[in-house]
Amino acid sequence: MVDIISTPSTIMEEIKMNNNLNTKLNIENFNLFYGNFQALRDVTIGIPEKQITSIIGPSGCGKSTFLRSFNRMNELIPTVTTSGSIKLDDVDIHQNDPVELRKKVGMVFQRPNPFPKSIFDNIAFGPRVHGITTKQVLVEIVEKSLRQAALWDEVKDDLNKSGLALSGGQQQRLCIARALAVEPEVILMDEPASALDPIATLKIEDLIQELKEKYTIVIVTHNMQQAARASDYTMFFNMAEDRAGYLVESGKTVDIFTNPKKELTEQYISGRFG
Amino acid sequence: MAREIFSQKIQQIKDEILLLGSMVEQATLDAVKAFKHRDLEAARNIMEEDQTINDKRFAIENAIMILFATQQPLAHDLRLLSAMLLISNELERMGDYAKGIAHNALRLGISDIPIPIRDIEKMAELGVSMLHRSLSAFVNENSELAAQIPNEDDQVDDLFNKSYRSIVNVMVSNPSMIDDASFLLWVVHNLERFADRTVNICERTLFIVSGEMMEMDITDDEIDDEDKE
Repeated sequence: MVDIISTPSTIMEEIKMNNNLNTKLNIENFNLFYGNFQALRDVTIGIPEKQITSIIGPSGCGKSTFLRSFNRMNELIPTVTTSGSIKLDDVDIHQNDPVELRKKVGMVFQRPNPFPKSIFDNIAFGPRVHGITTKQVLVEIVEKSLRQAALWDEVKDDLNKSGLALSGGQQQRLCIARALAVEPEVILMDEPASALDPIATLKIEDLIQELKEKYTIVIVTHNMQQAARASDYTMFFNMAEDRAGYLVESGKTVDIFTNPKKELTEQYISGRFG
Repeated sequence: MAREIFSQKIQQIKDEILLLGSMVEQATLDAVKAFKHRDLEAARNIMEEDQTINDKRFAIENAIMILFATQQPLAHDLRLLSAMLLISNELERMGDYAKGIAHNALRLGISDIPIPIRDIEKMAELGVSMLHRSLSAFVNENSELAAQIPNEDDQVDDLFNKSYRSIVNVMVSNPSMIDDASFLLWVVHNLERFADRTVNICERTLFIVSGEMMEMDITDDEIDDEDKE
């Protein structure tokens, strides 16, 4: 069955209307400053649990900054200050130890960045940091993570090979496996396929679809078609006159790409921006 | 505005659709005229000319497919191009109705059966006027106009019912004319369906503007097209 009549609604309205949809991350009146420069203004939004949410918007609109706020990576920059709240399962993320937070909220970056170690050690790194030392347990984690990242069949006979010897697409899946190894709840992806060829890109997108059964996924992408293909929900950010990023519109991906409500979104996704 | 070339190509397709529409309008008016004057030569020409309409429809379809494949249209562009695909299909089928009228003019030949020509002409005029305005509403994305036009379909339906009864009366009172009278039935049926399809075009225009898909003429039980000529 197809929905004949679509009634576009925001992500927040969707979460309210749909009983099967829970909020994993709850962001309220969130502001972020680099020194005096405001990079994000008054963002209020929920991220649906076990769904894929994409963040799109022009360069400089703060989408990566927003993504990095979810595991407090921006705090590594000394001048950054924030206000408002971000809650993970109703608990403010600033109340917890950042290392514990990053175990729950993993991240995959634009360029695959495996450690200059073996495939095995790349995956086992996180679990070891979190205190797992038993060889047999690590072996199980490595296999499970590589299977989940759809890389196991390609590397199972070469686990001692350097992670850097893999192809770009494989390296990115290795990084996803590495993120999965600590059993996170949320996976943040910042342009995860922009450095990959089209085939490797589609593999990553398929993988993301499989991962959403267990994980909440948030993905920043410049590639509109990727957001359209791979995500369930979409947020569109833009930059204000003073260059602060703000949320323009959010909703089901199908609605955003067929019938956006805001003129700005329309212009951006149909490539008539600015 | 960015995407100049894409916008230009969309505009070209819109122009082609208007051209196709005017070909269909002309064919319909000519077919009714040929029917009225029993001009069998003109009727034959109209039937042949239908090929040009079919060709143009395929050309439009092809141009739209190319834009789908190469430009990945989204949002308004996506709705517009999808709607144009469907509108060109409606127009092609309306061209078939004109061809059907011409075909029935030929089948009727010089029979002296009484023809409700006033009502037939009136239906054609109304239908063509609805088409003309529904295409203006489409190019200008005028949802107000697109919402009004379907109301006029009732007038066409009334004329259809009236001519239908008079044709059936001929059949009853003069069974030797049943064959000829059935050709007349096809003609009024085609004109009635012609107007229905202008309603479809208006529905598409509303879809382009609002993204909503809705049936605008719910009173009309759309009969399956058994009339493909």
